[in-house]
Amino acid sequence: MAIRQQAPGQGPQAESRPEAEGGLRKPRFLTRSEMEVPAFVRPEQLAEEGFDYERDLGDPGEYPFTRGIHPTMYRGRLWTMREFAGFGDAAATNRRFHYLLEQGQTGLSVAFDFPTLLGYDSDAPVAEGEVGRMGVAVDTLADMERLFEGIPLDRVSTSMTINGPAMILFAMYLALARKRGIPFDRLNGTIQNDILKEYTAQKTYIFPIRPSLKIITDIMAYASEEVPRWNTISISGYHIREAGATAVQELAFTLADGFTYVEEGIKAGLDVDRFAPRLSFFWDIHLNFFEEIAKIRAARRIWAREMRERFGARNPRSWTMRFHSQTAGVSLTAQQPEVNIVRTAFEALAAVLAGTQSLHTNSFDEALALPTEEAVRLALRTQQVIAEEIGVADTVDPLAGSYYVEWLTNRMERAAYDYFRRIEAVGGVVAGIEKGFFQREIADAAYRQQLRLQSGEEVVVGVNKYVLEEEQPPRILRIDPAVEREQVERLRRVRAERDPRAVAEALERLERTAREGGNLMPALVEAASVYASEGEMADALRSVYGVYREEPVF
Amino acid sequence: MTRPLRVLVAKPGLDRHDRGAKVIARALRDAGMEVIYTGLHQTPAEIVAAAVQEDVDLVGLSILSGAHMTLVPRVIQGLREAGAGDIPVVVGGIIPPEDAEELKKAGVLEVFGPGSSTEAIVDFVRREIGGRVNALG
Repeated sequence: MAIRQQAPGQGPQAESRPEAEGGLRKPRFLTRSEMEVPAFVRPEQLAEEGFDYERDLGDPGEYPFTRGIHPTMYRGRLWTMREFAGFGDAAATNRRFHYLLEQGQTGLSVAFDFPTLLGYDSDAPVAEGEVGRMGVAVDTLADMERLFEGIPLDRVSTSMTINGPAMILFAMYLALARKRGIPFDRLNGTIQNDILKEYTAQKTYIFPIRPSLKIITDIMAYASEEVPRWNTISISGYHIREAGATAVQELAFTLADGFTYVEEGIKAGLDVDRFAPRLSFFWDIHLNFFEEIAKIRAARRIWAREMRERFGARNPRSWTMRFHSQTAGVSLTAQQPEVNIVRTAFEALAAVLAGTQSLHTNSFDEALALPTEEAVRLALRTQQVIAEEIGVADTVDPLAGSYYVEWLTNRMERAAYDYFRRIEAVGGVVAGIEKGFFQREIADAAYRQQLRLQSGEEVVVGVNKYVLEEEQPPRILRIDPAVEREQVERLRRVRAERDPRAVAEALERLERTAREGGNLMPALVEAASVYASEGEMADALRSVYGVYREEPVF
Repeated sequence: MTRPLRVLVAKPGLDRHDRGAKVIARALRDAGMEVIYTGLHQTPAEIVAAAVQEDVDLVGLSILSGAHMTLVPRVIQGLREAGAGDIPVVVGGIIPPEDAEELKKAGVLEVFGPGSSTEAIVDFVRREIGGRVNALG
């Protein structure tokens, strides 16, 4: 197969030797946040900024946790290897879960289909064609039972990417645990439940902003009493970044969302040290290696400082920015997809060097479809090589003290604070969403990046450089269209076999609780237990809260 | 005298991935076209109604949710039923090659996959749609 050059300005002469000014290979060197990269950083530059080891870094496990949240990090325990999985029906996804655990995965992560993510049952008219396509379809507790069949809920931690209807899926999980006789305080896991970034980036909201925030404080209050080891919000930069944000925007917008949840919790009368230790984060680890590591180190330092100084948290566990990482989905290419294995490995290495607590590595075929079993195994093996073959897990934060990394960490931190001031100037996070501030910032960054790709300033191997004339597409995972019909039939059977009076009463109680402003969680767990469907529970709440419609910005 | 092309960029179904649709909408606008972006969560019927009401020269559908084989044919069918079967439809997103072939047989003018450059898409629209519109006068 022949290699041809595609983008203008990428011809052979541009490739030969440096002709740019000063003999450099390009006119400017930028990170993905469009930050100018220096040729090298001298010790005096850090000294001028007053760099102080104890104040700015501290040892691992010590405030401000720049070097990591545990003193021993991966010498004690490796990160949790957690591949995001879900497709078709609950039985198909359950088989994938078992396969991944057999292959050495150490935690579960559930991907739901769009109807589930948006609070619709599989037989809703809008769900047609979408059931089981982008994730697994879950309508009732019966699907949860099949999804986690043979999986010990008290021994495996489960992460669920669910936001608008997070409280409903959480309630189904709790109902399942209760049915199996597992006490709630033995459950470990995470619901994403980060609604603020839904309005700005991922868009799987249901209700307007205010009631959504009220629901989140309900979950925090309930879980801090009943499910104390559960991570109630995974404050996510991932989707903000995937929607087009730069690393700096991801850092700043995500932390600002985090501060907003803390403020909401405090406003609702909760003790910050009761709920803050259960807040965790989720970052996108993209290709600019050092920038990603600097982003995470800056995030740990900022979170620790703000939690201690601004919010008065006294429990050191409230100060630590624990996080999950995923390699960047947007960095995957449909062209020469096997190159994605290499990209993902570098991103995963950055996540580990940045001190992640858990990690999803993308499969190489994910720009084309949901991953095949072989592709996801290779993604998991990538983590296992990093963990057990190359020695990076044997020492903590080996990049600390690198002049460039510390300099860049300081730059990321400063740039985040610049954004915090701009967010404050628009009236805070909620006002910023209402005014479209974040949406515009993200759309602008996405467009600027597209222009850099087009000009060839940003190289994507196999897409705008080193292109192959002809490619053989890999075998991809196909979802059988029969899945939808079978799921709808299954849901109808559950509806026919459950106790209709118990369901009606549970839904009525849910609606009444919502109307009266009480904590929704107990009513949701009851409704889930009697096999009320997700769509029925969501509809009961829609009738009280209404739905959110966004103003499209481009 | 040529008038600017009018393009409807739409997100059918429950798909929430709107980065690509917005980038394309802006690229077409920057190329001098009039762009109407529907926003998320549009049913095929709503898209057809918007296309007819706005009297567009082209409908661009963005789908990354895997529901394209259900939703795209409905938009095409709907346009035909509304007497607007002459409005061409293009699709962008994650569409496996064999599905792309089938969609083209069903009446889709072109399918743009991941990594398509906006320049190439703008050129395509100018050439294919601009040519038609101006030939009609």
